[in-house]
Amino acid sequence: MTGIPFLSLAIWVPIVGGLLALATGSDRNASAARFVALFFALAGLVVSIPLYTGFDVTTSAMQFVESYAWIPRFNIYYALGVDGISVLFVLLNSFITLIVVIAGWEVIQVKVAQYMAGFLIMSGLINGIFSALDGVLFYVFFEASLIPLFIIIGVWGGPNRVYAAIKFFLYTLAGSLLMLIALLYLFMESGGSFNILDWHQLKLGMDAQTLIFWAFLASFAVKIPMFPVHTWLPDAHVEAPTGGSIVLAAIGLKLGAYGFLRFSLPIAPDASQAFAPLIITLSLIAVIYIGFVALVQTDMKKLVAYSSISHMGFVTLGFFIFNPLGMEGALVQMISHGFVSGAMFACIGVLYDRMHSRQIADYGGVVNVMPKFAALFMLFSMANSGLPATSGFVGEFMVALGAVQFNFWVGFAAATTLIVGAAYTLWMYKRVVFGAITNHHVSELTDINNREFVFLAILAVCVLVMGIYPFPVTEVMHASVNDLLKHVAASKL
Amino acid sequence: MSFAILLIGTFVRDSRNIVYFLTQFTLVGAAAVTIMTMDGQVNFTFSNMYVDDLMGDFLKLMLYFSVAIVLVYSRGYMQDRKIESTEYYMLAIYATLGMMVMISANHFLTIYLGLELLSLALYAMVALQRDSARATEAAMKYFVLGALASGLLLYGISMIYGATGTLEISGVAQAIYHQAANRTILMFGLVFVVAGLAFKLGVVPFHMWIPDVYHGAPAAITLFIASAPKLAAFAMAMRLLVNGLFELADQWQSMLMFLAVLSIVLGNLAAIAQSNIKRMLGYSGISHMGFMLLGLMSGVVGGDRHFALNAYSSSMFYVVSYVLMSMASFGVVLLLSRAGFEAETLDDFKGLNKRSSWFAGVMAMVMFSMAGIPFFIGFFAKFSVLQAVVAAGYIWIAILAVVMSLIGAFYYLRVVKVMFFDEPVDSTPLTASADMRVLLSMNGVAIAALGLMPQTLMSLCAYSLLGSL
Repeated sequence: MTGIPFLSLAIWVPIVGGLLALATGSDRNASAARFVALFFALAGLVVSIPLYTGFDVTTSAMQFVESYAWIPRFNIYYALGVDGISVLFVLLNSFITLIVVIAGWEVIQVKVAQYMAGFLIMSGLINGIFSALDGVLFYVFFEASLIPLFIIIGVWGGPNRVYAAIKFFLYTLAGSLLMLIALLYLFMESGGSFNILDWHQLKLGMDAQTLIFWAFLASFAVKIPMFPVHTWLPDAHVEAPTGGSIVLAAIGLKLGAYGFLRFSLPIAPDASQAFAPLIITLSLIAVIYIGFVALVQTDMKKLVAYSSISHMGFVTLGFFIFNPLGMEGALVQMISHGFVSGAMFACIGVLYDRMHSRQIADYGGVVNVMPKFAALFMLFSMANSGLPATSGFVGEFMVALGAVQFNFWVGFAAATTLIVGAAYTLWMYKRVVFGAITNHHVSELTDINNREFVFLAILAVCVLVMGIYPFPVTEVMHASVNDLLKHVAASKL
Repeated sequence: MSFAILLIGTFVRDSRNIVYFLTQFTLVGAAAVTIMTMDGQVNFTFSNMYVDDLMGDFLKLMLYFSVAIVLVYSRGYMQDRKIESTEYYMLAIYATLGMMVMISANHFLTIYLGLELLSLALYAMVALQRDSARATEAAMKYFVLGALASGLLLYGISMIYGATGTLEISGVAQAIYHQAANRTILMFGLVFVVAGLAFKLGVVPFHMWIPDVYHGAPAAITLFIASAPKLAAFAMAMRLLVNGLFELADQWQSMLMFLAVLSIVLGNLAAIAQSNIKRMLGYSGISHMGFMLLGLMSGVVGGDRHFALNAYSSSMFYVVSYVLMSMASFGVVLLLSRAGFEAETLDDFKGLNKRSSWFAGVMAMVMFSMAGIPFFIGFFAKFSVLQAVVAAGYIWIAILAVVMSLIGAFYYLRVVKVMFFDEPVDSTPLTASADMRVLLSMNGVAIAALGLMPQTLMSLCAYSLLGSL
C-alpha cells in the first residue's frame, strides 16, 4: 500500500476544483470556469484510478484506509476506506462527473461557474459518502451532498423546479434525520464509538435492531427510492437540468442501496432477515407496478425516471434474498444502471437541447435526421431493457437467477421485468426515433456534434464492455460480498 | 472584575465617531482584562456576590466579541436612519455591563441586578427610533411583559430566600443539600424562577414578546437582542438552576422539557407562516432556544450526574453557535437595508444571488446551518444536543426534535429559494461599508469553518464548564 491518500484526493480534488471554479466568478469568465471544471473532473478521475489498479481482490478488509481524529470530543474520526463494494462506486462517481461536465459544456449558459462548481463539489461529497468509515462522517457527507443538487435543480431546472427542489430536499432530509437518531443510539450502545466497523460487531437485541433497521430504512428507502416513497424522484428528474438528472440517476440512487449494504444488513442482520419479506414485496411492487407506470408516461424523462425506480427495485430484491448471486447481480445492476440511466438522460438531454420538449408525441422519425444519435440511443435503450450483450442484461439475469434459487415465484415475478422493461423502453424508442418525420421541427434537427458524440460513445463502450465481459467488476466485489453474506447469516442476538 | 467599562463617564462628548471607537476600545479593553485575570481558579469577590470562573470568562469573551460585531454591523444602519447617537452606544455598553454581571453573579440579587440593567437598556434601545409607532409599541410591549417577568423572578427569589434563608447561590445549594429547606416553598420559588428565566430566553409559553419586538424594533436593535443576551440568559440558567438549585434537577428538568418541546414545536410551526424575515427569525430563535434547553434538561438522569458535563457543554456550544448564526443572519438583513428602506420581507431577498453571489452564499450558509445541515456549525450544535438527549434516554424527544427540525428546514429553504431561484425585484447595489462587508464575510466563513473543525469550540465549552459543576 502506498502512502498517497488516494481516497482523500478523490474527495478533495473535486471540491477544491469546485471552489476554484466558483472563484472565476461571473459569466464573463464562463470558459475559464469550464476549463477549470474539466481539469478537476479529469484530475478527480485520475486520482480514483489507483484505487482500482491497486485494489487487492483477495480480501474483504477495508483498503486504502486513512484515519485521523476529527472531533475527539465525540470520538469522531475522519476515517476513510473502501472495500470491494464501495470502490466501484467511487470510480463510477468520478467517471460520471467527467461526463456531466462535458455534457453541460455548451448547454449551460447562465451562471456557468456555479453550475460546474455544484457538480464538482457534489462529486467530492459523494466520494466521501462511499468511502466514509465513520458514522458521523458518512452522515455529514450524505446530508451535505443534498445542498448542491438542491441548488442545481432549483436554479437550472424546468418550470416547476422550485417545487421539485424543495420536495427532493425535504423527502431526503426526513429520512436521514431518523438515521441521525439511529447513529446516536448506536454511539451510545457501542460505548462511545462512531466506527462503522465496530458497529458491525456490536451485539444488539431484536428490539434495538428493529428500531435501527427502520430508522435506516426510512433514510435509504427514500434515497433509492423504494415504493411507496418514490414520488419525489419523477418530479426531481423532470425538473432537473440534464446534468442533474444524470448524477441523480447514476449516483444519487445508489447511495441508498449502498447504505443498506454498509449499515442495515451488517448492523441489524436479524431484523434484516425478519423484514426481508416486506422488502422483497416492496421491491417486486416497484419492479412490476412501476414498470407498468413507466409504460404509460408521455414524458421521456418521466419514463426513464420510473424505469429507474423499477430497476432499483431489482437491486433491493437482490440484496434481500441473501444469496451471492442475487447480491452480486444487484451490485452489477447498480453499476450498469449508473451507465445506462446516465446515458438515457444524456440522450434525452441532447434531444431537449434541440427541441425544448420532452414529450414523446413531439418527436418521430428522428433517425432520418440524426442517424449517429439514433444508433447510440438504440444501444442504450436496449441496455435499459436488459438485452443480452449489454450491461443491463448481466445484472438482471444474475438477480433473476438468484431469486429463482430463493423462491421460484419471486424469480418469476422479477423476470417479468425483462418483458415490461423492453416494452416501455423500446416502445418509447420506436415512437421517438423510427417512422416518418412527423413535423418540421424534427426535420430541422442536426445530428450530434463531436462533443456529444464523445461522451455518448464513452458511455456506449462502458455499457458494451460490461455486458460482454463483466469479470473485472465481479472480481473486485467477490470477497466483500461473500464476507457480508456470512456476516448477515450470523445472528447477533 | 473588569469595570473598565466605567470609562463611560467620558462619553458625554458629542462626536459619534469618537464614541463609537471608544466603545469598541472599551470592549477590547474588557476582553484584555478578562483574559489577563483568567487563571482557571474559582474566585469569589465583593463579599461573595460575584464569582470569577472559567465559564464566566469564556462567556464574557464571547459576549464582548458578539457585542463588538453587532456594533460594527449596526453602525451603517443607525447612521442611515439618523438614530446613531451617543445614547445608542452608551445603552449598548450598559447592556453589556448588565450581561457581564449576570454571567458572573453568585447571588440571586446580583443576577436580578444584572438582568434589570440589561433589560432597561434594551427597552430604551427598542424605543430609540422615536418617531416609529411600531418601534414604540414594541418597546412598550417588551417593557410591560419584561417587568412582569422580572416580578415573577423576584417573587421566586423571595420564596427561595424564605425557604433557605440565604440568597448566595452556593449557600442556597448548601442549604438544599442539607435538607434544611422547606420543599413546598422551594418548589413554588423554583416554578417562578423558571418562569422568569423562560421569559428572558423567550421560550414557549413565555415567548409572546419575541415576534413583536423582533419585528418592531429597528433591525440593528433586533440584531442586538437576538445575539448577546442569549449568552447571558444561558449563563443565568446555569447559575440559577445548575449552581444554585442542582439538588432539584429532577423537578426543573421536567419543567424545561415541557418548555423545550413546546418551543421547538411552536417556534418551527409558526415560523412557516411568516413572510417577514425578522419575525421568521424570531420564531426560529424560539425553537433554537428550545433546542438549547434540551441540552440543559439532559444533565441528570435518575440521580446520576455524570452526564451533566456533556449535556451542559452541548447546550453552551449550541448557544454560542446560535449567536454566531443569528448575528450573520441579521447582518445580512442590515446589509440589504439602506436609508429609507427596510429589507424585512422575504421578497426583499429575491434574486440576491444576481445582486451579490457572495452574500447570497453567506446567507445560504447561515440558513443551511440553522436548519442543521452539515458541514456547518449548526449541524454540530444540534448533533451535540441530540447526543446528550439520546444519552439521557429521551429517544422520543430526540425524534420529535428532528421531525420539527425537518419542518424548520422548510422555511430556511424558502429563504435560499428566493435568493437563488427567483429573479430580483430590486437591483439597487448593496451599499454597506467595507468593515461590515469584511466582518460579515468572516462571520459566514466562521460558520463553515467551525462546521468543518468544531472540536476546538466544543472542547472549550466543555473545559470552561469543568470548574463550575
